[in-house]
Amino acid sequence: MLRSEISRTSAHDDRTDDAQAGELDPADRRAGVTGPHPRTPGAVLQLITPDGARRPDADLDPWVADVDDERLAALYEDMVVVRRLDIEAVALQRQGQLGLWPPLLGQEAAQIGSGRALRRDDFVFSSYRESAVAYTRGVTMTDLMRVWRGTAQAGWDPRSIGMATPSIVIGAQTLHATGYAMGCVMDGVDSAAIAYFGDGATSQGDVNEALVFAASFAAPVIFFCQNNQWAISEPVGLQAMRPLADRAPGFGIPSLRVDGNDVLAVMAATRQALDRARRGAGPTFIEAVTYRRGPHTTSDDPSRYVDPAVQQAWEAKDPILRVERLLERSGHLTEERATAVRSRADALAAEMRRGCTGLDAPPPLSVFDHVYTSPTTWLVRQRSQYAAYLAMFEGGGR
Amino acid sequence: MTVKEFAMPDLGEGLTESELVSWSVAVGDWVELNQVIAEVETAKALVQVPSPFAGVVSRLFVEPGTTVLVGAPIIAVEVADDEAPGQDGSDRPGDGQVSPTRAEPAPERNAVLVGYGAPVESASRPRRRARDSGWVASHRALPAQGRSTAPTPAPPSPPASTADGGAPSRTGVGTTPVRPRSYPPVRKLAHEHGINLATVTGTGPDGVITREDVLAAVAARGDGTTATPPEPAPRTAPREVRTPITGVRKHTAAAMVASAFTAPHATEFLTVDVTPTVELLETLAGQRRFEGHRITLLTLVAKALTIAVRRNPTLNSRWDEAAGEIVQHGYVNLGIAAATPRGLLVPHVKDAQDLDLVTLADAIGHLTQEARAGRTPPADLVGGTISITNIGVFGVDAGTPILNPGEAAILAMGAVRRQPWEHRGEVALRSVLTLSLSFDHRVVDGEQASRFLTDVGAMLAEPGMTLTMV
Repeated sequence: MLRSEISRTSAHDDRTDDAQAGELDPADRRAGVTGPHPRTPGAVLQLITPDGARRPDADLDPWVADVDDERLAALYEDMVVVRRLDIEAVALQRQGQLGLWPPLLGQEAAQIGSGRALRRDDFVFSSYRESAVAYTRGVTMTDLMRVWRGTAQAGWDPRSIGMATPSIVIGAQTLHATGYAMGCVMDGVDSAAIAYFGDGATSQGDVNEALVFAASFAAPVIFFCQNNQWAISEPVGLQAMRPLADRAPGFGIPSLRVDGNDVLAVMAATRQALDRARRGAGPTFIEAVTYRRGPHTTSDDPSRYVDPAVQQAWEAKDPILRVERLLERSGHLTEERATAVRSRADALAAEMRRGCTGLDAPPPLSVFDHVYTSPTTWLVRQRSQYAAYLAMFEGGGR
Repeated sequence: MTVKEFAMPDLGEGLTESELVSWSVAVGDWVELNQVIAEVETAKALVQVPSPFAGVVSRLFVEPGTTVLVGAPIIAVEVADDEAPGQDGSDRPGDGQVSPTRAEPAPERNAVLVGYGAPVESASRPRRRARDSGWVASHRALPAQGRSTAPTPAPPSPPASTADGGAPSRTGVGTTPVRPRSYPPVRKLAHEHGINLATVTGTGPDGVITREDVLAAVAARGDGTTATPPEPAPRTAPREVRTPITGVRKHTAAAMVASAFTAPHATEFLTVDVTPTVELLETLAGQRRFEGHRITLLTLVAKALTIAVRRNPTLNSRWDEAAGEIVQHGYVNLGIAAATPRGLLVPHVKDAQDLDLVTLADAIGHLTQEARAGRTPPADLVGGTISITNIGVFGVDAGTPILNPGEAAILAMGAVRRQPWEHRGEVALRSVLTLSLSFDHRVVDGEQASRFLTDVGAMLAEPGMTLTMV
């Protein structure tokens, strides 16, 4: 196992603590399986260094043994594409085509590495920033836009995609994932649920309740925390005195602290956690240490609270750049291929733009359509009142 | 080449305006799709705005440092015609981009987090329909809707705001509000202080009545109830009822005002022991010739009045201002003030001086009956010469009656009371009555009035005295 300090500029990661935080693993002991190895606090698991060096790790390597250069190139392409889509979405918002967008710039590896580790029959319960995870689940470019353009309450069919409608409520989806995972056990299937949430969400009651239930019922759920260092404008160090991964053992859940900007390490960690889930060994907590390089949302101005030096330091640890360097070194990323990847990304961005601007606003009254399977009298009354209100305007309030 | 305009977008979940801080491009520059063209500062953030078109900048609509309403055009770009429609969606209606042919920006879509957000300022608000087809009308009580075709006067429209571009303001919707706009706690406060919210002018947003407004109304009332709110009045009856001034009341008021402020009134009082008259009434009641006729104290007072008038004719006269004459009547058209459901009426008995007691009694009975039934012919209401008002039936003793216009005297008779009274050098329980006489001092002097009053009093105190006066 490689242990490297992830950042000297993050106060949170500068902490040194000799406690053997990752050791205890009562759930694993009870289940008679082996959990993650003890590690030193603040250390993160890493397979690809920022300058593109592949570092061996005895624990993680087996989980990504099948990821050859070709497959790594595919992950690289994924990351290039989702970054391009993210940039396009920000532009669309600035051009008045989207109401809001939560950019994922800097978090591509955490989302692609974990999303690509999932099976079709696994189920994702995400927060609002996991557009790249949605991409790995096969959500179309247009569907990705619907909610943010305000033309739909949900962008896709959760059952066919294997991903729930993103939760705007912070941390609520961890409970949904835990319940879903408990259901998988009852169904006797080896599918798993994965909950995506941020560092800020770990302070929410919902997340802690979910951890308790998941541990108690050994639910096949992965708590995938993208620690992007910011809860909007609040640095993670203000609400976590110790690494977030250290909390899970207190609930009886083994945890992994992984370099969230290392797509390979993230994939290895997620596969390991998925394996535990499928074997009936219960939940795993993964802290993917990464960095949100953009604003919280397009309504946010991070220049008011972000130190430019910290920003630069994280740009040096760019998740795409390191894979690019690694592939270039191994000769698997030619100029020709790089151009092809960019073209594909541009084409998808254009497709997304077309899909976005082509979305028509739904009739106002459609807001009542899917509240209940059969409308209540109150809902019917509200609908008629709203219809009367809209009738006050020329053109029906549009 | 086609010129496309780009309107200031809502950059932050419901903003209505943003400041254009600086341009990154100039007229004539080639811009790529998504190339940064400007820096814009919103209430939330300083952001870079990328171009939604590729082409040549043909116009910059605003100077740096200008605050721009969301939806107003900021830049025009000449794009190649082969720029695929739908590439940027600008050919679609209602996507927030403005075609140059459109007269005014129409940012119909105001995207916020989800759905449609803060209304755009100024003329781009959705226009309301005429209010008769509106929500308010359709939510009135059903009976009101049924009457909507009746020619009821239209409610006054609120003053139109020209800045509003003709779109009625929010308050315009409720030109006939069901009740004043306020909040439940404020309503409770007003109720506790007995303040009718309809009389309070609201200073809150959109004229909402605030707590301060109610307290100000309480202070302005200044009735000392501020400190200790009175017990809430039983809500069985409305606190006040407004009735249009019409009909009898309007006529009465006009008559009283005309009388009170043209004829200088003076009033005299005389309290009389009318025990003999009361005894006379008992005697008359037992006599066959008066059977079936209602001889009352009023009848006898009326009879005494006609006799006294003969001796004091100035009381039965009229000040004719226009002619500059005093008209003295050779007849008595005796007015009888009657309280009727419609109000006070003073019909009169014509030529009362010629009527014997029975006829007079019948005439008065008929007069009041007709008045209470509302059947008094108009002729009976004009042309009276002197009047009697019987306030005694209401249990009061005396008052200052106001003259029926055009008459010089009015006699008020109070209630007959059993009172300790001097009688033959001793104190005895006697039937006592007070007479109040108001007279027009232009026509009548105190001497004549007093003579008249004492004549009436003498006949009531001793009916036999009548023999000395006829």
